[in-house]
Amino acid sequence: MNAFLETFFKPNLIAQYLPSILKGVVVTIEIAFSVVVCGLLLGLLLAVVRSFQVKPVNALIVIFVDMFRALPPLVIVLIVYFGLPNVGLNIPSFAVLWLVLTLVLAAFAEEIFWAGILSVPKGQWEAARSTGFGFLGTLGYIVLPQAVRLTVPPITNRTVAITKNTALGTVIGVPEILNQATTAVSFSANATPLMMGAIAYIILFIPVVAVGRYLETRFAWRRN
Amino acid sequence: MDALLHQFFNLDIMSRALPLILQGLQMTLLLCVVVIPLGLAGGLLFALASLSGSRTVRWGMIVAIDFFRAVPPLVLLIFVYSGLPFAGIRLSPLTAVAVAFFLNTSSYYGEIYRAGIESVGRGQWDAARSTGLNPFQTLTSVILPQAVRNVLPDLVSNTVEVVKLTSIASVVALPELLYSADMARSVTFNASPIVLAAAIYLVMLWPVVRLISRLERRMAS
Repeated sequence: MNAFLETFFKPNLIAQYLPSILKGVVVTIEIAFSVVVCGLLLGLLLAVVRSFQVKPVNALIVIFVDMFRALPPLVIVLIVYFGLPNVGLNIPSFAVLWLVLTLVLAAFAEEIFWAGILSVPKGQWEAARSTGFGFLGTLGYIVLPQAVRLTVPPITNRTVAITKNTALGTVIGVPEILNQATTAVSFSANATPLMMGAIAYIILFIPVVAVGRYLETRFAWRRN
Repeated sequence: MDALLHQFFNLDIMSRALPLILQGLQMTLLLCVVVIPLGLAGGLLFALASLSGSRTVRWGMIVAIDFFRAVPPLVLLIFVYSGLPFAGIRLSPLTAVAVAFFLNTSSYYGEIYRAGIESVGRGQWDAARSTGLNPFQTLTSVILPQAVRNVLPDLVSNTVEVVKLTSIASVVALPELLYSADMARSVTFNASPIVLAAAIYLVMLWPVVRLISRLERRMAS
């Protein structure tokens, strides 16, 4: 038991590495927050653009969405991070991580929002149009509010799953929680910082996972 | 434009990296064959435990599932691979990946199965039991077939996520597809090998992603 505590919860190491883990927490929160905001907005925008039904534009959106749903995020991160500097574009690693995760989230969000828009019955469109709403008015005031409500649980779960991918940043040296933890492990030759990192993630994400669970029972999606 | 082509779509470099990358692909496929059935079986176990009649088992399982859904898979993997050796438990990369993936993917599959089982009415259970089927028969021949059909798109979509997730095994030096491609990248100073690996992932997964969209649309209507 004592050996276990010495290995995973050594008090003086906790004190020593708490500041750097907290720094990692700040970086993780910053990237996660901007990924969630930008990814969801871009996804919603793409779904709205798709509802205009311009064939070539929709084909491009579908290709973008399918590609980012089929490719592992780590693969995209490495292509962008190692490829772009060689063609003269130098992007800092945290920006690479932000950009890739934003695009991945946007792709998944577009698909979910689009399914939500499709699930609003045609009669709602016709009724709104017949009362004098234009296309955008119908979309904005009638269809989207209903569509977005339906999509809350799947969007929440997907957003959590993609936000957790901020840990991939460690591979390209983004100083987020996992990166701080593994660096500290190699300096201290002890697993305590890794345990601290894992606990930091649990504190950050358990509330969101629990909210997702609650939302899922609250608005049952698709099947009833 | 030329620089872009040279950097990302260099056919010469791609063809030289191809043998190494195909070896990586074999390892990725092997990983999938290990990890997907393990997750599907573990998920069923997790789901049954989270629907257990005993309140302690039920809540314990729900806490465990949320715990493993809150920890990023890469953190779990690094913990298993480089944290446990400090406690004297040294696992090979493949075993470490199998253990970490079992905990992570079983939690996700478990939630999907649970939703499926809950979508089958209680009356089905009672009716099957009243015809003389025992609980095990009821589960395997009445409840699960309907449950799985109801959540099929989610099961398939999670499986795509698992296949994509095998790419993080590269971080613990398991020579799978991404690892091999990144090796070739670091030798050639050129991103084309990773683009080739990406193309292989696309060929494997794009049809499945299309299928999921179709399945989801059919379930919605």
